[in-house]
Amino acid sequence: MKFGVIVFPGSNCDDDMVHIIGQVFNQKVEKIWHKETELPNFTTEDCIIVPGGFSYGDYLRSGAIARFSPIMNAVIEHGNNGGLIFGICNGFQILCEAGLLPGALLKNNQQKYISKNIVLRVETNKRRLTQYCQTNDLLTMPVAHGDGRYYCDAETLQSLKDNDQILFRYSNSQGETTETENINGSIENIAGICNKAGNIFGMMPHPERASEQTVGLTDGQQLFMSLMELKLETAV
Amino acid sequence: MKFIAEIQIMPHAELLDPQGKTVTKNLPNIGIHAIDKVRIGKHVELEVEAADEAEASEIVDQACQKLLVNTIMEKYEFTLAVLA
Repeated sequence: MKFGVIVFPGSNCDDDMVHIIGQVFNQKVEKIWHKETELPNFTTEDCIIVPGGFSYGDYLRSGAIARFSPIMNAVIEHGNNGGLIFGICNGFQILCEAGLLPGALLKNNQQKYISKNIVLRVETNKRRLTQYCQTNDLLTMPVAHGDGRYYCDAETLQSLKDNDQILFRYSNSQGETTETENINGSIENIAGICNKAGNIFGMMPHPERASEQTVGLTDGQQLFMSLMELKLETAV
Repeated sequence: MKFIAEIQIMPHAELLDPQGKTVTKNLPNIGIHAIDKVRIGKHVELEVEAADEAEASEIVDQACQKLLVNTIMEKYEFTLAVLA
């Protein structure tokens, strides 16, 4: 399995992602400049990462311009063929704008940029990204976003529930997903989802900033190991 | 022919507009108490080359649907005028 990290003008979590995948998990990883038009070195076994940042300065709407970068046709094709795609923060916004994931990310409800560690409750472990977690596990990792309020219409929300597509909800340390813990006003505290087929994932929090002891948080490792299907003792 | 389009983009009525809410809450700070329910959207102006107004309208609509507007969160309307 190999990883490709897309780099847009304004991406700023690409190096963190390359470091975690390459150095912490010792997996093959390469950066892909957004001007590329193909993903010739990647098969559907591989994972394309759409990292966090402020692609195109968040102009128009977060992710709206990046969604039309030359590489995105190949990324969409990769996803449609069943290849793995993982979008974090701005990457999640881009995947929603591209229509690879349902819904949209709106301005946080209190009009503030939020940068802090939060608790996520794992809603399902039947999806690749969370397969090594237990349902209701609590993971601590940082969020850093201004446009993180997940929104979709009632029909889409029902479909997300019916198809087990809700991966994470904002929670407190007791596992309660109250309105108080809903840091950005997301619909039903939703922090991360996947598509119906289960090969495309998006989340606002940053597991790549919570995957090594040096930074004090390691819960993100569970997601990477699930994604990579690594044995639990692999991470350094 | 060249047309100028003026596009109004607004967040859907049922969605919280935090910018508008913040402005509403702060207008009393400058002594204005009679204003309520501020909602903030975007105004886009653009020029479009087309054979006639119908074609111009189609092009602008396509630009809105594909890029300028995210219809999950926003609605839009626009007017066209011949550019003098």
